[in-house]
Amino acid sequence: MIELLHWLAAILVLFTSIVLLLSRDWRWSLVVLALQYLAIFPLFLIHWPLTMSAAKLVTGWMAAAILGITLNRQADVVPVRSNRIFKLVLALVVAGTVFQGASVLGEWMPTAGLPLALAALMLIGQGLLQLGMTVEPFRATLGLLTTLAGFELLSSPLDNSVLVAALMAAVTLGLALAGSYLLTLQFEPAPEVVE
Amino acid sequence: MSAPLIWIGLPFALGILLLLVPRDHWAAWLGGIFAAFLSLLALLAPTDTALNVFGLFSLRIESTVSLLGRQVSLTPAAQLVLVLVYGIGAFWIFGGLAVGNARRLAALGLMSIALLTASLAIRPFLYAAILIQGAVLLAVFMLAEAGKPAGRGLIRFLVYHTLSLPFILFAGFLLSGVEVGPRDLGIVLQAAILLGLGFAFLLAIFPLSTWLPMLAEESSPYMVGFILSTFPTFALLFGLNFIDRYAWIRESEAFFQVLQAVGLLTALSGGLWAAFERHAGRIFGYAAVVEIGLSLAAVSLPDRMLGLEIVFFMIVPRALAYGTWAMSLAVLRNAAPDLRYQSLQGLARHYPVATLGVFISLFSLGGAPLLAVFPVRQALWEGLSAQGFLPALWMGLASLGLWIASLRCLAVLTMSPENTEWELRETPYQRVMIAVGVAAMFVVGLLPQWAAPLLENLAGLFSQISR
Repeated sequence: MIELLHWLAAILVLFTSIVLLLSRDWRWSLVVLALQYLAIFPLFLIHWPLTMSAAKLVTGWMAAAILGITLNRQADVVPVRSNRIFKLVLALVVAGTVFQGASVLGEWMPTAGLPLALAALMLIGQGLLQLGMTVEPFRATLGLLTTLAGFELLSSPLDNSVLVAALMAAVTLGLALAGSYLLTLQFEPAPEVVE
Repeated sequence: MSAPLIWIGLPFALGILLLLVPRDHWAAWLGGIFAAFLSLLALLAPTDTALNVFGLFSLRIESTVSLLGRQVSLTPAAQLVLVLVYGIGAFWIFGGLAVGNARRLAALGLMSIALLTASLAIRPFLYAAILIQGAVLLAVFMLAEAGKPAGRGLIRFLVYHTLSLPFILFAGFLLSGVEVGPRDLGIVLQAAILLGLGFAFLLAIFPLSTWLPMLAEESSPYMVGFILSTFPTFALLFGLNFIDRYAWIRESEAFFQVLQAVGLLTALSGGLWAAFERHAGRIFGYAAVVEIGLSLAAVSLPDRMLGLEIVFFMIVPRALAYGTWAMSLAVLRNAAPDLRYQSLQGLARHYPVATLGVFISLFSLGGAPLLAVFPVRQALWEGLSAQGFLPALWMGLASLGLWIASLRCLAVLTMSPENTEWELRETPYQRVMIAVGVAAMFVVGLLPQWAAPLLENLAGLFSQISR
């Protein structure tokens, strides 16, 4: 039953990471980001205690909320420049590579388990793809949060230090804050020059 | 009293308070004086040593505190870094008074320096990556300018630095089982690849250095200068910690050969691009690329102690050159629509002191004789020459690129119509600060022995490398 839950979580991560890449509406993007953090929660539970895993979930949701509050005040539209079909093709290529890579990773880190390896590599791959295709603060922040979540998931079998988890939570929130600050600049009118 | 509280906790707290101070110049004076005080305190009161204060009482600053089960420790060996980093911090904060943005620089700058110092103090040192990331996030607030959307350089700065964090952390976690030696070559190889990627992102090693000129073009030159004089230095110290910690890195000849090739390639790329660049701000970025490359080349020298001395000796002359250059560029940026050559043409007649600052700083970074960077460049060039003609040639070409950029910059700035009157349009404070920077570059260049007392404790900071 637990194993099935892990596989469901991995499939949800596969879905959310691709939707996050394709989504044009920032509201949907943030909902999917929150879902993504929900999906990785049971995967963190494989190696981490409930409290630390829950902290990861709450931090992710808070990051999504910070971005949401900023965008809610600022804009209806966040510019997106590239084609969805092109992105989908690239996302599927990355997904294919991840399926191959996950089995290799399973040999390197046998304790990780295939669902965790698959989900973590998917997050890293799709996050990096997102970062490679944009210089928009919102998309870049989503890409960074996704990639970072993937790496944290991947390192969960190797390290379960409370201090590292706390500092990484601070980094996640810091990224969301920095991203939302950059977003406010994007939508803020230039200050008038006083002669 | 504990050292981490004094040199990490207090400046961080003061940085937060400075955001609330009503006037910019108060914030800058408070921040600058406090940073200078911390630098002086580090010089006069080494940690873990009992001091008799004016015969009145005895003072001992404990080097270590425990935080969430981990040690935060500023040993006497870190004294050199504390003196340098807070001294340089004070220099930049006081300079901020001349070019604006003083509060942002004083508050966020002090907080960044505190976090970077913490990155040196935390045990295990691997966690430093997270603290450096914290400083990067603060730097985003420093570099982003109000009313101006974030440019590609700033986004790349954030993305590249953030990507370095998981690579380095993951490599560290993998290596935690390989403390003594390369028992498992497979794991060591994986960790080495991840570490290489992590540090390539963190140190802006070629070809991941593209964000540097972009950032220098888009953001305030003075803020960029502060970031470039602090972040790469601490990233390099972090890298040196890895070399010091793991015998399989330290004892690998191949690693140092690769490091030298990568360093010289980075320096050469920066120098060549600088020579052909037509934007004074971007040249600043390329000069930083050259500096990073040459620092890596210094670490790769077979005489490891000499390499370390060069890396540390470079810190102050580089900060002086960056500071004077950034201040001069900031003055010129206020006078012209941007820092492209066509916009700067002929400004020397109206801004002669800023022109002098740009020219001398760039010349100094190029390694011109009599200037601050020259003694250390000469030592590095000698070290590389001993290894063969090619490394010395690469370094020579990188420096030549900066010389050409410097001469082109001077030519553009002085290219004014025949009858233009000479004027001094810089403010008196700007003139004084730039003149002090230029004079300091000559003094440091003429009296290179100033650094000898500071370098005494260097071996203690990296005990394994210096053996």
